[in-house]
Amino acid sequence: MAAKTRRYSARDVTILVIGLGVAIIVNVGLIWGPTLASIGLSGTSWNGIGPMEWVGGRNYVDLVNDYPPFWSAIRNNVLWLGFLGLVATPFGLFCAVLLDRRLKLSRVYQSVLYTPVVLSLAVVGFIAQLVYSSDYGVLNAVTGLKVDWLGDRSINIWVVMVAAAWRHVGYVMIIYLAGLKAVDPALKEAAAIDGANEAQAFFRVVFPTLRPVNVIVLVITVIEALRAFDIVYAINKGRNGLELLSVLVTENIVGEASRIGFGSAIAVILLVITLGFIVVYLSQLFKEDR
Amino acid sequence: MVQRLPISRRNLLLGAAATFGVPAVLAGCGSSEPTAAPPGGKSAGNLGTVTLGSNYSDEVPKKSLDSVIKGFTQGQVKINTVDHNTFQENINRYLKGTPDDVFTWFAGYRMQFFAEQGLATDISDVWREIGGDYTPAMKAASTGSDGKQYFVPFTYYPWAVFYRKSVWQEKGYEVPKTLDEFTALAKKMKTDGLIPIAFADKDGWPAMGTFDILNMRMNGYDFHISLMGGKESWTDPKVRQVFDTWRGLMEYHQPAALGRTWEEAGQSLQQKKSGMYLLGMFVAQQFPENERDDIDFFTFPEINPAYGTDSIDAPIDGYMISAKAKNVDGAKALLKHLAQGSSQNIATKLDPGTLAASSKADTSGYSALQKRGAELVSKATHIAQFLDRDTRPDFASTVMIPSLQTFVGKPNEIDSLLASIEKQKANIFR
Repeated sequence: MAAKTRRYSARDVTILVIGLGVAIIVNVGLIWGPTLASIGLSGTSWNGIGPMEWVGGRNYVDLVNDYPPFWSAIRNNVLWLGFLGLVATPFGLFCAVLLDRRLKLSRVYQSVLYTPVVLSLAVVGFIAQLVYSSDYGVLNAVTGLKVDWLGDRSINIWVVMVAAAWRHVGYVMIIYLAGLKAVDPALKEAAAIDGANEAQAFFRVVFPTLRPVNVIVLVITVIEALRAFDIVYAINKGRNGLELLSVLVTENIVGEASRIGFGSAIAVILLVITLGFIVVYLSQLFKEDR
Repeated sequence: MVQRLPISRRNLLLGAAATFGVPAVLAGCGSSEPTAAPPGGKSAGNLGTVTLGSNYSDEVPKKSLDSVIKGFTQGQVKINTVDHNTFQENINRYLKGTPDDVFTWFAGYRMQFFAEQGLATDISDVWREIGGDYTPAMKAASTGSDGKQYFVPFTYYPWAVFYRKSVWQEKGYEVPKTLDEFTALAKKMKTDGLIPIAFADKDGWPAMGTFDILNMRMNGYDFHISLMGGKESWTDPKVRQVFDTWRGLMEYHQPAALGRTWEEAGQSLQQKKSGMYLLGMFVAQQFPENERDDIDFFTFPEINPAYGTDSIDAPIDGYMISAKAKNVDGAKALLKHLAQGSSQNIATKLDPGTLAASSKADTSGYSALQKRGAELVSKATHIAQFLDRDTRPDFASTVMIPSLQTFVGKPNEIDSLLASIEKQKANIFR
């Protein structure tokens, strides 16, 4: 640590180039390149073989006006986000609070609730079919109903969200449980001495100290809602009431259809929605750091 | 790290799909198995190695292709087997990348599409030799829009209304000849406590078969093909009439079809819970071997006397040569081998859900069901390939599947549905 060097030595430059260069190449190659490529492709009409034709915003116009699955997908993605955020996540928190009170058999409940998390959502999709199938499903067999849970497009999204939430609850629960264990018991004690009841102590004292955990859970919930794909794909390829934006992108681009321009337009819309959440989240994060 | 996840995942997917292409994936999925040189120490022929891209990933078809190839003595064949769905979904990138010399594909519009894009090799010279073995309908299904041949038919299977002979005998049902008789029969089945028409459309494609046959019976083959080619309007009263008729039959269809797979519907036929089922001959797979002789079928009855029962769906599977083939001579010799009736007989023997495409194939070894199938097809003047093979793939998968499912779910909203199909059709076929 002698005098400041004015110039970077050859070794510094090499390290800089390797250190930054690799990161930049990976970043540009895997993130910016494909992002810009799909934005560019969304303005074209291309089947993957023939010539690429520039069509401007036509894909977006067609998408919004003439493609019924698009609006179903938007609706379903919003429902998915709402259901996970307003039902599954609070329920996970509720379970965590209960388990944190050291109930009898707390470990058993914990394992039971957490087990679905180790399953992939595709597997949850297969399990959901065993439960909901109208001909051989457990639910109809036990209740004696004859409801077409997965085929009726007015109810299938709800029962699938329940299946997805089954897994999400355990995930959220374990994160909150870890957070709750880290809360200093002295805080609760102090609140109790000050005369706060259970609810007040939780909402006014414990919950605010969980803020970092809340942020993580919120991010996880948003990610889970926007990337949802496997469960509906496993059930019916994401059709007939189970459309999601991610499925439509795949259906149009990767499948035999090869509507690459059209599918890219859907992907760009998904990207814009995602960016909205990311921008809000990052600005919150930076504000906190300052 | 967590907050980076959504963006990198999405872009990886897009990147793989849009920018870099997937031929590498396709190549990676293949399992290369060079077929051993012909037995008996014979040296391989002088035509070198031919590569064959196959989507026959299921056990029975895979085995039958292996057996057929063993009979090819003019060269060595290297088969690259790729999962059926993966093959189909990546076909564009596959043909543009480094395709095999010969590849498995379907007849009709799906074949013409690739021929038009310049991705297939003209095999009219092969057809001059094998042409006599095929019916004109088979030749037409192998011909591109430029009048040249690009495809060699191998096997096919007809679509018809299947039923169990024992059930029908017991209840005294008779094969209906007209739509009225068909409806009356369905009504009678309902009072007898059967589900008249087994039905499933969870996967999206089985309902296409019902649409095809109704449209061909009511408006004829030419209109159907023209509609599939995007040349007719979906809001035409003729099309509306098809959906109207279908709606009239809906009360006899198995309810809750959108949550059921064709396998489950096929089992309801096998378990004698339903009376009949409009499907391809592969429905026999859902029957145990000892019950297969109990299966019989009839072609969908006449609706418009002008067309009678002159058209059916009978999708043809076969082989094409890619435009980038390295060993064209060897590939053509292989196609000639595959065109032989004796080669196709090996396949029909191992896979009883299929029929040989060649007229020279020996039908004496056929099961009763296969014999009836061949008879049905020989009576048909026009053979359609099935909706998703007779039209553009993007129209079939992104428009027709969701639309037909919407119809099955809500059969009463025909006008708005047809208007929506027409708008989307205009966007795709422009």
